[in-house]
This record gives sequence, structure tokens and C-alpha cells, in this order.
Amino acid sequence: MSYLSTQLEDNILIVTLDQAGEKVNKLNEELIAEFQDLLQNTDPASIDGIVLISGKKQNFIAGADVEMLKNKQAPEEIEELSQRGNELLLELEHFDKPIVAAIHGSCLGGGLEVAMACHYRVASDHDKTVMGQPEVQLGLLPGGGGTQRLPRLIGIQNALTYLLTGKNIYPHKAHKLGLVDELTHKDAILKAAKTAVLKLNNEKFERKDKRSLLHQLMEGLSPLRKIIYSQARKRAQSNTKGNYPAPPLIIDCVEEGYENGMRAGLDLESRNFGRLAATPESEAMVNLFFAMQGAKKNPDKDKAAEVRKIGVLGAGLMGAGIANVSADNGQYRVLLKDQNAQQANEGKKHIWQDLDQKKDKHIISSFERDRTTSLITATGSYDGFQNVDIVIEAVFEDLDLKQSILRETEKILPDDGIFASNTSSLPIHKIAEVAQRPEQVLGMHYFSPVPKMPLLEIITTDQTADWVTATAREVGIQQGKNVIVVNDGPGFYTTRILAPFMNEALMLLEEGIAIETLDKHMKNFGFPVGPAALFDEVGIDVAAHITKVLSDLFSQRGFSPSDKPTKLFEEGYKGKKNKKGFYNYEQEGSKTKKKEPNKDIYQYFGGPNRSSMDAKTVQQRMALTMVNEAAWCLQDDILRNPTDGDLGAVLGLGFPPFLGGPFRYIDRQGAGKIVDQLETYQKGLGPRFKPADILKDYASSGKTFHNE
Amino acid sequence: MADQSRNNTQKEAVLVDGARIPFLRSGTGYKKMMAYDLGRMAIEGLIGRSSINGQDIDRIIMGCVIQDVNTSNVARESALGAGLPNSIPAHTVTQACISSNQAVSSAVDLIRTGQARIVLAGGTETMSDIPIRFRRKFRQKLLDARKYKSISDWLSFFKGLRPSDLLPEIPAIAEFSTGETMGESCDRMAAHFGISRKAQDEYALRSHQLAAKATHEGFLDEELLAAAIPPGFETIEHDNGFREDTSMDKLEKLSPAFIKPHGTITAGNSSFLTDGASASLIVEKNKAKEIGLQPKAYLRSYTYVAQDPEEELLLGPAYATPKVLDAMGLTLSDIDVFEFHEAFAGQILTVLKALNSDTFAKEKLNRSQKVGDIPMDKFNCWGGSLSLGHPFGATGTRLVTTAANRLHHEDGTLALVAACAAGGQGHAMILERYDG
Repeated sequence: MSYLSTQLEDNILIVTLDQAGEKVNKLNEELIAEFQDLLQNTDPASIDGIVLISGKKQNFIAGADVEMLKNKQAPEEIEELSQRGNELLLELEHFDKPIVAAIHGSCLGGGLEVAMACHYRVASDHDKTVMGQPEVQLGLLPGGGGTQRLPRLIGIQNALTYLLTGKNIYPHKAHKLGLVDELTHKDAILKAAKTAVLKLNNEKFERKDKRSLLHQLMEGLSPLRKIIYSQARKRAQSNTKGNYPAPPLIIDCVEEGYENGMRAGLDLESRNFGRLAATPESEAMVNLFFAMQGAKKNPDKDKAAEVRKIGVLGAGLMGAGIANVSADNGQYRVLLKDQNAQQANEGKKHIWQDLDQKKDKHIISSFERDRTTSLITATGSYDGFQNVDIVIEAVFEDLDLKQSILRETEKILPDDGIFASNTSSLPIHKIAEVAQRPEQVLGMHYFSPVPKMPLLEIITTDQTADWVTATAREVGIQQGKNVIVVNDGPGFYTTRILAPFMNEALMLLEEGIAIETLDKHMKNFGFPVGPAALFDEVGIDVAAHITKVLSDLFSQRGFSPSDKPTKLFEEGYKGKKNKKGFYNYEQEGSKTKKKEPNKDIYQYFGGPNRSSMDAKTVQQRMALTMVNEAAWCLQDDILRNPTDGDLGAVLGLGFPPFLGGPFRYIDRQGAGKIVDQLETYQKGLGPRFKPADILKDYASSGKTFHNE
Repeated sequence: MADQSRNNTQKEAVLVDGARIPFLRSGTGYKKMMAYDLGRMAIEGLIGRSSINGQDIDRIIMGCVIQDVNTSNVARESALGAGLPNSIPAHTVTQACISSNQAVSSAVDLIRTGQARIVLAGGTETMSDIPIRFRRKFRQKLLDARKYKSISDWLSFFKGLRPSDLLPEIPAIAEFSTGETMGESCDRMAAHFGISRKAQDEYALRSHQLAAKATHEGFLDEELLAAAIPPGFETIEHDNGFREDTSMDKLEKLSPAFIKPHGTITAGNSSFLTDGASASLIVEKNKAKEIGLQPKAYLRSYTYVAQDPEEELLLGPAYATPKVLDAMGLTLSDIDVFEFHEAFAGQILTVLKALNSDTFAKEKLNRSQKVGDIPMDKFNCWGGSLSLGHPFGATGTRLVTTAANRLHHEDGTLALVAACAAGGQGHAMILERYDG
């Protein structure tokens, strides 16, 4: 055996899981087969019980092997795999002697399902220990009995919460929910598990019901349970707009198992698992998962220079956010500079507040909050920049300002200091024009709010040195970001594909669509916020600026974008920041809350009478502009590969994850069909729908952007 | 005693940078902070602006006098809280008001003996949250109660306990050995040396005026780090203790604080309760060159002295000054910059008088003639503890830092730092300006 090793201690069989050659244990066919073998060849009468423990340092079983699922295409194959897993876990559950799981580190997905099939669970209270059923995030469901055993352990309502969101369950919560039976420190889990075996042998173990009285009441009566299921379905529908097939099927499985017995539930679970794995939604999300993992690795790590101290210029929302992730995730020492110490401390205050909230939620201690805050020094001067390894400027979007900042800092930085500009649209080579060391200049485009948004778009010019790119990428990864690297050009990638999309929104508004209708249609299509609300979030002033930056590029293609952003900006519309935009805003405490659409703004879009428009057309026009522009970016060498294009759109702009990104979307629809649609619109609405040449190439040759 | 820095070793200690968060009157801006918080702010600010990376520090030493039991090694907690790597050993030193002088001189020793090449030395103190204890009897009961098992045990808890036993006990700034407060002792000492109330008030006025001037003209900017206090993060950039509106009229009206009615020491001519923290980077000279640092000053000879805590509680500098000068073969006239800790105006004037007295020299110092007269235009020119404040554990680093900065500002070569401390102890150190 290579995955499992066994040892008899005090007549208890200690089974150690240790997948050869891997950092983490994954649930795969090898493990299932070895386990089955082990159970069949172990005589329960000869031992007191079994303890399952991991040989890895920081995981029990980190989840099912997603590659394995990718390699199986047909729903039947995957269903069969799930059935085999379920058979094994039933055998485990029905083993005549107690089986106890000793859990330390990640115990996710298939790992938790194995643990739940055991008779008792001991977990370490370590902060690396985490449980959960994240399958839904891959468009799947827990196919190893998770939909059956989780509700039985923690109750239907609690289980649905975790099954439908996929969120993590930390040790103390897991204990409180009844998911684990005992907590101890990591070096005592084996001992505790062995003691549990003896306990289970000697006395009848009855697990205490830890559900709230209300939950017990609701879940105890069949008619009330019906209400739970139907409420859950309604919520899932409103959250997913019906775009994600997994949530309703998860609810089906829970219901089937709870009402008609475990066996029936497991059968349905395996069937649904097979079904889901074959859906394009799940395929897109699994591919996205791999792309995201890829964007957390640095292929040029060996070229990266060591970074210990980061200078952030500008302590506004962006600068503070960059300082926050640099200290909190990257553990870098940070100088946060603004005009004066007071302004810089405003930024530090926001970071502290963010950390203090984590403290209140018991995610970090007050000492950890202090420590992270202390990694950031707020300053009004360049003192200390003499040994800064990389400066990230996040000042106002103005070329002259950014150039003068570059000139200023280059004088103080060490010779190998890197200058990164956080800009959403200013060409990096323009900023670099004034540089003494242009090879050490690049763009690092963060998304707001920085601590929450997972994407970092790095922009390199022709001159940017490889080690500089590698260093910036490493910093981004350490900051916890998924990093894509693109080439310089107007709007780079994300801003460039956003611009025609937003332009189309303005066109639709001019044609008479109502603000709320437009936003509703796009949310139904799968975007997290509608385009009008996005205008307000991004800022109409910023939109006006972006329009200007991209106008040359678009006029070369024969169209000029709407002048509305500039006009609105001149009329004093800036969006959420000045509470004057496509929506009305009200101040509620420290938060600005979005209210109903601002009807005044219709005066710029043909008056207050709005007409209705076909949802499908609206969605198609909007999506096509973005997808087409992404193709232009690949053709123009802005993008280095389609995967970065998919990641950038999904993580940076909220392109629907179940569609996998613009290039996955094209592949799924077929380039030919996309070209046809674009050309139809081009005839009716003009050259802004002119398909990129590369799309036509792919259409005629039948190629796809992704090949696997 | 020989000049330790030249004769004993090749390794020389230099001050690369020193800084402090603003010193604030207790109960004001830092009211809600622990000494640990102040310490970590000073370390963070200094490391932030320094060319030295935290990872390169070999040792951390911080002074602190009134310890919080929760952070009894406050140097360690401050360093960890400031985000310095956990691999740097840190310890707290306490020697009353010269605690951070001890931190600095220990750093010098570590460097001279080759045990460290970069040391962070500083100090932290809060007087806004001093530990107030229950009285001994009640403390004893509480500790015994940890062993109680039965209800009858608990009944015995109240046996023999009087309501007055529950009153808290606030620590006084009094000598343990003599029971006398520092103010009383100093008042007697000033009277003994014939220091008038007027002279004391005039000295206090001078200190406040110089502190105000130094602040307004920005002389202190180099040693000040902006502090910001959560949750509001209002930025504090300057000391708040000096009173530029004070005058002889106002000072004269104050009544004696310790010995009534004949005493001369008042709230106006004493240092006040202060919160604050300081930090400095002390580096081996060649190491400093190696990493391209620009040091401010060499740290040369230093000494510690101790006398009778009853009669000469705060007279330490009068003993330490000649000792450290002799060690380097210097006289007072060689010194360009004097930075003395000002506990009380009466204490400073007594020290100056003793140094300038042949009798004192003969009787106490075993010298044929007086040490000399210190010219006031070189003495504490940017204010002192009377006006800037005196966070016990942090003052020493301030003195050393200010002395080094003044050497450059006033174009001097040698500086003398001296300070007195409770327990009847004293300290002095010579600094030499570092040029290129």
C-alpha cells in the first residue's frame, strides 16, 4: 500500500493517510481502493477499533482530487465513482468496531465526508484546521454522502447553509455545531482518538443534539421541514437567478435523504453528482478553479528580488487597501505616505478598523491586530524610503502628478528600487517616460476594495525588466492576489473590456431602457451588480477619464464612444462618492446606502418616459461587447493568453463565473455563432460591434481558445 | 577608569538614529494606551524611517520602571507588537529614571564585546495606568481562595477582613529604603545647598521657554515620531507638557508641594507625570559603514554611580560627571553640548552648584578643586524633563538622541549626558560627533 499505512497500538489499528509524493492528501480512486481493501481484510473481532489520522503536517484530506473529475467525462462514470465512494463510506460506517477520525489541518469536501462517516471525530483547535463542503463553488455537490451525513450531524438548516455557500467551518464552530465531538491541541489528537475508541467500546455513546430549540422544532415535524426546503429553494433561486444548477440539486438530495432514508438520499446524490459534473457550469467553474490556482504561482520566482519594505504613496481607499494586504497577508513592512502624517493616518485608521472587525469576530487576537497595524508606518515624508524595495503609488489619476511622483521617488529609492503605478487607465509607458530607470517601472492595477477583490493586473511595458515583473508578481501573490500579467496599452485589459460594455449600457439608456431594468437584466445574466450601479461605484468621473483614454483606440475602429460620462461629470455627477449618480444615495451611519434610481438623470437620456426592452437582446448586446473586446485584446497582444483574459474578467469585473470568462464563453457558444451575432448587430447598430479578426479566424478554422 | 571605548577594543558603538513619540502629560493623549502600545509605536516609527531592516537587529533592550504585570518583559511584547521578527532576543531593564540609559549602555557593551552588531535600545512608560493593588491582607485572602474547596472555606474568607482592607493601594513615588518621597528629599537637598525658590522658578521658566522655542523652530522634529491613537487616529506630532504661557508671576504663586510651608519645590518647578516611549539604533561602526548608514555620534565612555539615598538621592550627576570626564582625560571646557535630566529645578541647580564647589570637590569627590562651571548656553538648550516631560523608562534615550542631534546642529564635537535616579544612583556618558 502506498497511500495508507497501518500500525497496531494497544490493539487499536492506527491508519495513517499519506498520499505519496504530494503535499496534501486528496480523495482519489487509489485511496478508495486501498481503504476498501483494508476494511475487507481487517477482522473487527481481532481489534478494539480504528483511528484515522493524517501523515501530512497541515491537512487531513484536503478534498477530492478535482483532476480526477476532469478526467472523467461521462456523467455515468462520475456517478459510478460517487457510488463506489458511498459504498466504502457505508462499509466504514457499519464496521463492527468504532472508527475515530483524528483531524488536524484542512478537512474539506471528500475529506470531511470520510470524517463524517466515522463514528467519532476528534479535531485539533489549531487555526490551520478547517472543515467544509466547498463543492458548490465548483458547481458540484458533495458526492460522498455529504448531503446526507451533514444534516444528520448538525441539522438540516445548519447543513443547508454550509452546503449551499461552501463556506469554511472552523474548529470551535464545528464543535458547537456538533460536527466534531471533541477538540484538543494538535499533538493530542491521536491520544484523544484512541481514548475515544475505548470509550465507544465500553459505553453507549449518545451524541448530544446541539441544534437550537427552534431548529429542533422546525426539523422535527414533516410539514415544517417542507417549509424549510421550499424557503431554501426560493433563496437559492433569488441568489443564483437560476444560473447555477447545483444549489437546487443539493436541496433535493437533502430532502430525499431526510424524508426517504439514507439509501435513497445517497442514490440521488450520486446521480445528481454525475449530472452536475457534466454541466458546462461546473466545467467552467472547475477550470476557473485551476486558473485561479495557477495565478497564485510565480513561474519566475527565481528571478524575483527580495522584498522587505514596501512604500505606498497615497493613503486613500486604494492606498490604504494596498498597505493593508501588504502587511496583513504579505507580512511586509510598509510606509504609507500622504501629504502629511495626519492624512496618512486616516488611511491607517481604515486598516485598523478592518483588523479590529476581524478581532471582534475572533478571527484574530487584539495582539495580532496591533502587530499588523504596526507593520504600517503612516508618514508625511520620504524618510525611510531609502531602503524601500518597491513603491506602489496610488495617487489621483493624473499623468503629470504620477510622473512628478515618479521623478521624486526615483531620487530616494535605492538603485534597484521598483516603481509601480496603481492606475486603471493611464498608459504605463507614458508614466515611465520621465524615469531614469524605465526598466524598473510597471503597473500594478488593484481593484477596490483591495482587501476583498482577488485580482491584481500587472502591466509591463516593452522596457520592463523580467526580474521587475517577477518581483511584482511575487509581491502580488504574497498579498493574497490572483495575478495576471498583461502588456501595456490603453486601458490595459480589464479597463479596456469594461469600457465598451459600459458604453453599451449608456447606448441602451439612450434608447430608452430604465435604469433598474438594465441592472436587473444584467444581474439575471450573472453579473453581481448592474452596469448603472457599477458606474456609480467606479465613479462617473473615472468613467469620463476612461472614455478619454480609449477614444483614440475606438475611433481607429470607426466609432466614438458616448460622451455622456464627460457630460454627466461636468454636470456634477460623480456617482456614489458624491451621492449623485444613476441612483440616489443616503448616508446611514458610516455607510452610503444605495436607494431608488435617480430619475433626474433621465434628462440626459431622452426624458422620463422609459420603454421596455427584450432581456435577451440587452444581455446579448452587453455581453458581446465585452467578449469581443477581450478577443481584440488577445489579438492586439495585450493579453498573453486566454486564461488571463478569463480570470481578469471574472475576478476583476464580475463576469459570470458559471460562464468561465469571455474565452470560455466563446468556446462554449462557438466562435462562429459569436461572429454571426456580432455581425448582425454591426449591421443594425454600427461598427462598435465589428468582430475582432481573431474571432473570425477561429470561426473559420473551428479552433477553440482553450484546448483540453 | 580608562576610556573604555578606545583602549579596550577595536569595536566602536555608534548611534545611528534615535527617536521618540511625543511625550504627553499623563491622562491626556495616551490615557488608554499600555506601555506596550507606546513602546511599539516608538519602535515602529523608528524602524519605518530607518535603513535598517527589522530582520537585521540582533538585540532589543528597553527601559521601563513601573511594570504592568501583563507585559512584565515589555521590551519583548513591544518588539513583537511592532512586527519585529520573533527571533530577536529582547529584555527589559529597570534602573529608575536612568533605565533607558542602562538600555543604551548595555547596547554599547554588547557591541564592544562582539555579541551584537545592531541593537535597538529604548524605553517606554505610562503613568496613566499605574498598577493599583489591593492591600496586602486582601491580596493574601484572594490568593488563598484559589485553594478553597468547600463552602465553609469561603465563609472563612471574610473572617478578620475589615472594610478598610478593601481600599486600593496607590503606589507613591517614594524611596523604599527611606520611605521619603523624591520631592521631600530634593527639597531638603536644595535647602542644604542654599538653592532659593526664585532660582528654581527661574530655571523652570527657562526650561519651558526653551522647549517651546525648540518645538516651534523645529529643532525637535528629527527626534519626534508622529503618533496616532486608535480608534480615531488623530495624529499627535508634538509634546504637550511645556507651558509657553508660564511666567515668574504664575510660578511664584504656587505653594510648596512637598514640605509645607517652608519648602521650595512646587508643581511648577518639578517634572510632571508623563507618558511616552523612545527608541534608538546603536550599531557597530564597521557594520554601519558596511550597510551605508550615516551615524550621528560615537558612544564613548559611560559610568554609573551610587550614593546615600537619604542625603544625596538625586545628586548622582555631580559624581558621575567628573568620573566620566576623567576617564577620557577631558575637562568640562572640552564639552560642547550638555544634556542633563531635570527631575526638579532644585535638583539641577544643586548638581550645578556641587560641580562648581571646591568644598564639595574636596569632601565628596576627593579632588583638590571643583569640577567647574557649566556654561548655561550649552546646557539643555532644547528644554528638558521639566518642560518636555519625563516618562521614567524613556528619558535616557531622549537625552542621548537630543545630545547627538545638538552636536550637529550646534557644530560641537563632544557631548555629556547625565541623569539622576531614585535609589540614589546616577549616570553619565560622553558622545562624540560622527563625521563621514
